[in-house]
Amino acid sequence: MSKLKAGFATLVGLFTSFSVFADVGIDEKINLAVKPYADAVAGFVFSSFPVGGVAIPFVLVWLIVAATVFTFYFKFINIRAFKHGFELVRGDYHDPEAAGEVTHFQALATALSGTVGLGNIAGVAIAVSLGGPGATFWMILAGFLGMSSKFTECTLGVKYRDELPDGTVSGGPMYYLTKGLAEKGVGFARLGKVLAVMFAIFCVGGAFGGGNMFQANQSFAQLVNVTGGEASWLADKGWLFGLIVASLVGLVIMGGIKGIARVTSKIVPFMAVVYVIAGLIIILMHFSEIPSAFGEIWAGAFTAEGVSGGVIGVLFQGFKRAAFSNEAGVGSAAIAHSAVQTSRPVTEGFVALYEPFIDTVVVCTITALVIIITGTWDPSVDPSAGVQLTSDAFASTISWFPWVLTVAVVLFAFSTMISWSYYGLKAWTFLFGNNRVTDATFKLLFMFFVVVGSSMQLGSVIDFSDAMIFAMAFPNLLGCYFLLPVVKKELNEYWADYKAGRLVKAKAT
Amino acid sequence: MSSVLMVGVDGSECGGRAIEYAERHAKRANASLYVAHIVEWSPFSFSTVEENAERHKRREEEIQRAHTEVIDPIVSRLKDAGIDVTGLVRHGHVAETLNALAGEHEVTNIIIGRQGTSMLKAHVFGSVGSRLVQVADCAVTVVP
Repeated sequence: MSKLKAGFATLVGLFTSFSVFADVGIDEKINLAVKPYADAVAGFVFSSFPVGGVAIPFVLVWLIVAATVFTFYFKFINIRAFKHGFELVRGDYHDPEAAGEVTHFQALATALSGTVGLGNIAGVAIAVSLGGPGATFWMILAGFLGMSSKFTECTLGVKYRDELPDGTVSGGPMYYLTKGLAEKGVGFARLGKVLAVMFAIFCVGGAFGGGNMFQANQSFAQLVNVTGGEASWLADKGWLFGLIVASLVGLVIMGGIKGIARVTSKIVPFMAVVYVIAGLIIILMHFSEIPSAFGEIWAGAFTAEGVSGGVIGVLFQGFKRAAFSNEAGVGSAAIAHSAVQTSRPVTEGFVALYEPFIDTVVVCTITALVIIITGTWDPSVDPSAGVQLTSDAFASTISWFPWVLTVAVVLFAFSTMISWSYYGLKAWTFLFGNNRVTDATFKLLFMFFVVVGSSMQLGSVIDFSDAMIFAMAFPNLLGCYFLLPVVKKELNEYWADYKAGRLVKAKAT
Repeated sequence: MSSVLMVGVDGSECGGRAIEYAERHAKRANASLYVAHIVEWSPFSFSTVEENAERHKRREEEIQRAHTEVIDPIVSRLKDAGIDVTGLVRHGHVAETLNALAGEHEVTNIIIGRQGTSMLKAHVFGSVGSRLVQVADCAVTVVP
């Protein structure tokens, strides 16, 4: 417990160092102190080039091109292996001797609880308000193509994972970039090391940004929203909310109180189901408007009246929010998927297809439909409203739902933070070694950023979060291109066995 | 056909009565005997990233503990009593996994102790005995 106490002391110390700014409120001080750095990082990662009058960030093109190339290279694996992925999740091929190990279902569910989060609720609202209903179309397409990226990175994550001396399993881009590329020769080995270090640096940033500040920021926004908006007592108390959440996160990651994380991991899937059902109920209550909603989505995707940047602008918004939500190509999920028990790495790739599918094609689409169908979408609405727009959309039909949504949002945010604290820590120890000092340093910084995130304004938080998460895609996907033949070999061997019926099926019980 | 018996144990007293019963019958029929312990586990539970990373290690520990604390003492005592006995440990739902193990080892009779679960508890958590009777592919003896 003394470690924990020291942690809080440092946190408070870091926190009070902001008090150099005199007259403004605490939230405002934090915002002023961090904003310039956040904006600079975002500006760099989103270096863009103009297409038809719209500035298109290079990183987004990078993600979409990779997802498309992988989809064609593996001959539409996202459709081809869809059924077999389900059989694997259902446990049709469980080896009874391996009972008690991590199953495909568990690996998928764990990875999903890290990705299904505010991206699906707040991110979609941002896409629809900035890009119009048409953004939904591009979002679904991006989710569909993203399945192939996930397939590639999760197969590699399992293939090149490490079994550490203490018996735990550790995998992810850091491992496949170093070990995978090293197999290709000396020059590649050096490149692999550089890419792995780059990935680890961005992953730490992603853990502080999208995996932490964005989550803290948006859950606080929703809490203020349901307690009375601007007039709420909480409205300028972001730092207080941040301290409370940081303490809870600290109890889990520093205090070793795993119970909180375990309970969260069991409630989150339940909340996700509640969210999806509520969304479906609202959509069905507006049954007659479903065709026109889809009409708007279809038409908006190719015409885009009143959206800045026209069709390219719409496409950009849809792709961006889909990528931020399902993290396909980013490499984070490969860390979560790599603990699965299997002798054939490609099986986890098939299972991972379901992550962008559930996250983007199902959940994000439901959010978008609710916003469009309830008419809450309005081009003049403040685009920084984020989660509030989704909340209003649900409230227009089920008046008390924002309260349920608040609970869901806070829980989603919390579980995403716990997942990302793990991803970030793995990257951090890859860079700085694994000992008690490095471990504690990362965890303290992580808690500190919870407070920063809840105190800042959405714009800067979103830009910084996006920047860090997307930056991870540069080294990750570059490595994936080089390792495509490895995945193809695994896939072809396995697919031949599957088609010939040489795989052992578990007996139906 | 020589008979093969399997007794399910959970380390409790009712398991002890089942073992005595199994011992007597194995001696009388000159049957081989499996002593099985199931670690309650579901392939469809939810877990955190960290739990997954440590899962393999935990499983080894669970199996180790099941052997040293439950199975090994029983097996060595029965061996001394001159019975052809083997210990088994597996993860899963108790009734279904006992039945699966019985199938793999061509067991003719599964013996378990009656837990005496209260009606309410049985409704909420289910009772291993009644579940096993429902799913079993061989004879089941429930020892009171």
